Amino acid sequence: MSAARKLLIFGGLVLAGFGMLYGLHYALFVEHQTLDRMGSSLATAFVEAADRNLPAARLAIDDYAATKYDYVRQVDAHSHWIGLAMLMIIFGVVLDRMAFTGRTRFRIAGALALGSFSFPGAVILQTFTHGSPLASALAVTGSALVIGAMAAAAVGFARESS
Amino acid sequence: MFGMGLYAAHAEPEIHAPMASTTCPTSSIAAFAPMGARHVLVLGGIALIAGGMLFGDIFAVFVLHQNGGRTGEALLAATRAVAAGDSAAVRQDFARIGDLLEDHGTKLDAHAHIIAAGYLALLLALLQPYVALNSRSRKLLAQLFVGGGLLLPLGIFLIHYVGLAYSPFPVIGWASVLADSAGALLIAALIAEAWGLWRYFRGVRTDGAEPELPPDNSWESRTLLAGGTVLILLGFLYGAWYAGLDLYEHESREKTILSAMLTTSAGSSADAAQFVKDYGGLQAEKAVDIAAHSHLIEFGMLAILLSFIQPFVFLGSRWKRFWVKLLLAGSMILPAFVLLETHLGLITGGIADVGGLMVLIALMGMLAGVLRYSGALDAQREDAR
Repeated sequence: MSAARKLLIFGGLVLAGFGMLYGLHYALFVEHQTLDRMGSSLATAFVEAADRNLPAARLAIDDYAATKYDYVRQVDAHSHWIGLAMLMIIFGVVLDRMAFTGRTRFRIAGALALGSFSFPGAVILQTFTHGSPLASALAVTGSALVIGAMAAAAVGFARESS
Repeated sequence: MFGMGLYAAHAEPEIHAPMASTTCPTSSIAAFAPMGARHVLVLGGIALIAGGMLFGDIFAVFVLHQNGGRTGEALLAATRAVAAGDSAAVRQDFARIGDLLEDHGTKLDAHAHIIAAGYLALLLALLQPYVALNSRSRKLLAQLFVGGGLLLPLGIFLIHYVGLAYSPFPVIGWASVLADSAGALLIAALIAEAWGLWRYFRGVRTDGAEPELPPDNSWESRTLLAGGTVLILLGFLYGAWYAGLDLYEHESREKTILSAMLTTSAGSSADAAQFVKDYGGLQAEKAVDIAAHSHLIEFGMLAILLSFIQPFVFLGSRWKRFWVKLLLAGSMILPAFVLLETHLGLITGGIADVGGLMVLIALMGMLAGVLRYSGALDAQREDAR
C-alpha cells in the first residue's frame, strides 16, 4: 500500500475517532449546558423586556448571540471532522484510480489530510477568539486545501475515465 | 473474500444480461461468507442509510414545517406577553419553544446520525482487506458497529419523549445515556478496526483475510465515482460560499431582528408580528443553506461508496444503470429545490422531497440487487451439498 493511501486511510480513521470522541465529550459535558444557556438567555431577554428593562434584555440577547456563535461552530467542527474523515478514507481506497503520478497523488492526499484536520480545528479556534482574523484565515486556508484536493481528484478520475 | 469472488462473478456474461442469472461462480461462494464482516457491514450500512433517508423524508413532510409554524406561533405569543408586561406568560411561551426546538433538533440529529453510521459501515466494509484481525473478531466488530449505528439515533430520537424521567442526572436523561453509550460503542469498534489496520501496516497478516476490491471499470461504477466527486465538490463550494457570505450576515441579522422584536414589544406601540415573520424567514434561509450544503456532500459520498458495491448488485445492466441515473438525478434535485424553497414556496419543497425519495428508491433497488446476489449464492451452496 502506498504512503498516500496509508496517510488517507489511517489518518481518516484517526480523524473519525477524534471527531467522535469530541462529539461524545461535547454531548456529555458541553451541549446540554450550552443549550440550556442559550434557551435561558433568550427567555431572560423576553422576561426583562416584559419588565421594561431593555438594557438588561439587550445584554441577554448579546449573551444568547455569543453562546449560539460557539454552539454553531462546535457542532460544525464535530460534523465536519467526521465527514472529512470519511472522505479521506474513501479517497484512500480509490486513490489508485486517479490518473496521476505517485508524487501528485501524495500531494493531493497531503492537502486533503491537512485541510481535513485544520479546517474544523480553526472553526473551533473561532470559539476561543470571536472574530479573530487568524482563526478565520486558518479556516479559509483549510477549506481551500480540501476544495483544491477535491478538484484535483475530480480531474484525476475524469482523466482516467477518458 | 467478498470483493474478489464477487467481482469474478460480475465478470460472468450472464450477470450483464438484461435479466440477471440466478447462478454465481463457485469461486464466489466462499467469497461471500454468510454474514461475514463485509457482508454485515454492506447490508447493515445500506439499510441504515435507507432507514435514515426514509426517516428524513417523513420528517420533512410531516414534522418540519408544522414544527416551524408552531414555534413561530409560540414566539409571537411571547412578544405579545412582553407587550402585556406578563413575564410569567413569557416563561411559559419559552418553555413551549424549548420543547418544540428539542423535538425538531433531536429528529434532525437522529436522521443525520443514522445516515453517518451507515456511511461509516460501508467505509469499514471497504477497509476489511486491511484489517489484520481474525474473521471472528472482524465479524463481531461489524455487528457491534451496525448495532451501535442503530441504537445511537434511536437514543437521540427518544430524548424528546423520555426527557428526564427517572434520571439520576440533572440535565441528562436515560435516552441520552443510551445515545452516548451507543456512541461509545461506535468509537470502541472504530478504535479496534484502527488497531487491526495498524497491525496490517506493521506487516501482520491473518488467515481468512478478505481480498482487496479489484478495479471495476463498468459504466455504473465510473458514473457513480465521477458524479459523486462532482456532487461533493459542489457541496464544498456552496459551503465555502455560505460561510464566506451568509453565515456572519445571518448571525448579525438574527441579533438585530431579536432586538427590534423586543424593543417594539416592550414599547407596546406596535405588533411585533412582522419581526417574528422575519425571524422565521431567517431560520428558513439558514436551514435551506445548510441542508443544500450537507445533502450535496452526503449524496456525493453515497454515490462514491455505492460505486464500490456495483459488482455485487445482481441485476441486469439496464436496471443497474437506471438505479444509478435515478440516484444521481435525485441527488441534484433535492439540494437544488431545497434552495429554491425560500423563493418559490412549498411546491419546490415538495419536489425536493421527491428528489429524496428518488435517492431512497435507487438505494433500495441496489440493496435488492445485493440481496439477490446473496440469495443466489445461498442457493448455489445448497445445490453444492
